[in-house]
Amino acid sequence: MPKTDAKRFTVLDLLDLNLNEQNALNLRCIGGRKGLSREITVPDLNRPGLALSGFYESFAWQRLQIFGRGENAYLKMLAESSDVETYEKLFSYPIPCCIFTHNLAPSKEFFDAAERGDCPILQTDLSSSEFSSRVLRVLLDIFAPQTTIHGVLVEVYGIGILLTGDSGVGKSETALELIERGHRLVADDVVDIRCVNGSILMGQGANKVIGHHMEIRGLGIINITHLFGVGAIRDKKQIQLVCGLEEWDSNKVYDRIGTEEMTTEILGVRIPKLEIPVKPGRNIPIIIETAAMNERLKKMGYHSAKEFNQNVLRWLESENARALYFNRDDFL
Amino acid sequence: MTEAIVTISNRAGIHARPAALIVQTASKFASKIWLEKDSDRINAKSIMGIITLGASFGTPIRIMAEGTDEADAAAALEALFDSKFEED
Repeated sequence: MPKTDAKRFTVLDLLDLNLNEQNALNLRCIGGRKGLSREITVPDLNRPGLALSGFYESFAWQRLQIFGRGENAYLKMLAESSDVETYEKLFSYPIPCCIFTHNLAPSKEFFDAAERGDCPILQTDLSSSEFSSRVLRVLLDIFAPQTTIHGVLVEVYGIGILLTGDSGVGKSETALELIERGHRLVADDVVDIRCVNGSILMGQGANKVIGHHMEIRGLGIINITHLFGVGAIRDKKQIQLVCGLEEWDSNKVYDRIGTEEMTTEILGVRIPKLEIPVKPGRNIPIIIETAAMNERLKKMGYHSAKEFNQNVLRWLESENARALYFNRDDFL
Repeated sequence: MTEAIVTISNRAGIHARPAALIVQTASKFASKIWLEKDSDRINAKSIMGIITLGASFGTPIRIMAEGTDEADAAAALEALFDSKFEED
């Protein structure tokens, strides 16, 4: 169930981002404050070299404009020849903001033109390449397609498994036993999924404040971190397998061999899916653990069910050949 | 699909006790039931989901039910919201 209208991300939000040391952007606003409410609509950067030289065809004005050492030197040259027209043309486009790297600052004419155009001017002490890679990472994460799913996300033997199924089928109880056996809880009930890089699905709890709690019928709401310790929880995990728990339906055909690779689609990414029938007395956690180990094996290139089938075929062939060989005695 | 829109009339919003009442009522019905606030949609049969919705006083919530008893389910939940969850 995707969000219908994405929340607006403004230049002010970019300044306010709280990132740790290796990801920090070190941005300060040095001018054009009226434009801080301008929205950033695409997770992309542009070095406006061509535009500054007067070529505005295909000018990517929706992107963040980065002014590095080269652009700054050109601006200086323009300032010396008092070429203000280029600045005016630049600010006639609704660019989100101008970012000066290496702690460089523009000339007064540029400043004034920006203030007139209500365009924010930001500054960072990072180099252009370092800033570019950090800001792209952050923006791609913010603009990633996102959805919320009802299920439980656990990490079993390093594999991120999303347990889905109707209410009451036993997802939370299965997760609780998995935690007791040493695996980790990522999110219970409301799983927030983001598609990063178009092929990786990252799952996490929807709400950091009330995350890592579980609701167990008969017990109520329990705090997993307090009960099992910090080793039993995880904040984010890539979803690599979906296990759909359902009440055993005697009319339904369940996969008995395991060579059929059933998949499901979340945010445009295909994820392997297993359908696990639930019946009183069946040990579901051990099935999930085995599924996780099998998934690890498949990733390493060993597909047990397929190998089994190939061995059976080979054995049948050899049985056939032996039968033919022995039958020839009858003819002689 | 039956839909109904209600407004939270409890001073404290939807905290643990009202959430439990919603789950108990919703679980009586066979239909799939969702609650939607802005663009967040959660399963009404899961208490963690309802609490995470963060519905405070005056928030409009859309109740969506789909299944054989969807009309009864939507009506029962609407009545629960209107009765202010037996608070006040």
